[in-house]
Amino acid sequence: MSGIPTVTPDSSRLATATTAGVSPIRVVGLTKRYHSLRGDILAVDAIDLEVRSGEFFGLLGPNGAGKSTTIGMLTTRVAPTAGRAEVAGIDVVADPAAVKAAIGVVPQTNTLDRQLNVFDNLYFHGRYFGMSRRVARERTAELLERFSLADRAKALVQQLSGGMAQRLMFARAIMHRPAVLILDEPTSGIDPQTRVNLWELLTELNDEGQTILLTTHYMEEADRLCNRIAIVDHGHVLALGSPSELKAGLDADTLVTITFADDAAALLPTAEALPGVRRAEAEGRVLRLFARDAEGLLGRVVTLAAGAGASIRDASNEPPTLEAVFLALTGREYRE
Amino acid sequence: MSPRDDHAEVATATSGTPGAAQRGNTGPVWVLGMLLLRDLRVLTRDLGQFILRTVMQPLLFTFVFAYVFPKIGQGIGAVGHAGPSFATILVPGLVAVAINFQGIQAVALPLVQEFSYTKEIEDRILAPVPVWMVGLEKILSGVIQSIVAAAVVFPIVLLVHAKGQAPEVHVASWPLFLVVVLLASFLGASFGLLIGTTFDPRKLPLLFSLIVIPITFLGCIYYPWATLSPIPWLKYAVLVNPLVYMSEGLRAALTPSLPHMPEAAFLSVLSVGTLAMALLALRMFHRRVVD
Ligand SMILES: Nc1ncnc2c1ncn2[C@@H]1O[C@H](COP(=O)(O)OP(=O)(O)O)[C@@H](O)[C@H]1O
Ligand SMILES: [Mg+2]
Repeated sequence: MSGIPTVTPDSSRLATATTAGVSPIRVVGLTKRYHSLRGDILAVDAIDLEVRSGEFFGLLGPNGAGKSTTIGMLTTRVAPTAGRAEVAGIDVVADPAAVKAAIGVVPQTNTLDRQLNVFDNLYFHGRYFGMSRRVARERTAELLERFSLADRAKALVQQLSGGMAQRLMFARAIMHRPAVLILDEPTSGIDPQTRVNLWELLTELNDEGQTILLTTHYMEEADRLCNRIAIVDHGHVLALGSPSELKAGLDADTLVTITFADDAAALLPTAEALPGVRRAEAEGRVLRLFARDAEGLLGRVVTLAAGAGASIRDASNEPPTLEAVFLALTGREYRE
Repeated sequence: MSPRDDHAEVATATSGTPGAAQRGNTGPVWVLGMLLLRDLRVLTRDLGQFILRTVMQPLLFTFVFAYVFPKIGQGIGAVGHAGPSFATILVPGLVAVAINFQGIQAVALPLVQEFSYTKEIEDRILAPVPVWMVGLEKILSGVIQSIVAAAVVFPIVLLVHAKGQAPEVHVASWPLFLVVVLLASFLGASFGLLIGTTFDPRKLPLLFSLIVIPITFLGCIYYPWATLSPIPWLKYAVLVNPLVYMSEGLRAALTPSLPHMPEAAFLSVLSVGTLAMALLALRMFHRRVVD
């Protein structure tokens, strides 16, 4: 594999981190196997993770990668099959109630209390988490103001637009000032404008020192928001690092993608040998070249293809993105 | 380079664990109390609906059986019929039905919605208590609503009747009455938790034809259990119906002059049944909530 920082269990590093203070999230060998009628599914396969205090951490991966299952275990809603997970230093299996007191969660679906109005959704949440009547009222008013929901205080949650419901879920999640804010694909199925607003909110919260763990299948979202990202696929953590570390690990400054009319495999050996190409891959009719300091590479590939009698349908040339990192790690194109 | 790559180190230095400062009142009993307050808020908002839902059935029953029938000289409860007035038979039966169905409805119906595809239940599951306590809170909430239902229904069945058809009701033993009401409420609410946890929401309409109606008609509410003797197979078959013990228990407590089961029988079935039902329901609830 390339120089992308991949993950190996490193107990010495974890040990150092804990002596320096309790990690908001620490996961070692965490595994979840679902038993279903169609056989077992290994949704999460022995992953190791550590989220540092104040960090904005992203779990990035395609649908079915095991993100929600991981979040489920961290929020005590899914029982691990093996391994350990600690949130704020508390074991999720040994003391789920204490873990719940330390986290704020924005789940993937709208889980607002539909029997209560907007104000009461926050107010009662605060009460569940130990707030007095006065404190809960004040904090509710403050958050409704901050999330531009104050004029909807008396509305039922069914009457909220998608964006407003999402904001209310954010407000609920931070109502009790959790040690860790955990969000599972908070922006999937949301219009672009609302998404940008939510990004701003999250960035603001993180700037105030809020530790955040977010899952997403949007590359751009992870790239923009996160200090560090774990790329997950099929229950494994494939790579872990800051977005720039991950991209730097490709050892390439350009990704050339050429789509042919026919299978691309025949051209792979010659393309691989072109100057500046660090690695080449053929997937069906698509040829991808990761290159460094390779001025004019695209032109050379076109000439090469013409010489071999292969006709080109599409060609592009771009700086490496997280998509390219995913490609390099899996050999598969990333599909959102 | 991504714009936010380098914040990590800075943030680590400045932030503590904000959650720690806020805690204090989150003992399990506190959380349970707050969840009950939440249910109370929902209940008082829909108080009119709650009362209508509770009152209609017993009101119509007493009206037809204890007022209309005696007036028109029709069948059961007709004037001149020997023995106790039909109203007397109905009082404990209808109170038992009110308790039982309030418990089932109050717990099962909201729960089915909470478990439906958006999993609204998570809002309460994430409260800082063990999962089984969220289930227990639902039972307690159902118990409270059952007791309120009994208090609403009791005066109705006592007061609605034709002239001369007044039920003969006197509480022979308050402790017995209270114990039966409490056990019946717990049993109904636990049954509600079990139904709400295991019932497929799409099959909800079946709840009434499959469970509610058979239990009501075969629950010894319109007739004391002892009077089933002419149909022995039925007399023993209905013993699987929890409502039978609630009706008979209330009969013993409210209208002791009517035939009723021995105290030891309904008390032991009600208490063992309640415990078993509650444990089973809480177990299923946990299993449904935690994957
Ligand atoms: N309750 C469940 N029972 C059986 N399989 C499940 C369950 N939840 C998730 N899975 C399976 O586990 C895998 C990971 O799912 P999930 O964690 O939801 O992925 P993601 O959130 O990354 O899309 C998928 O193959 C999914 O079908
Ligand atoms: Mg998911």
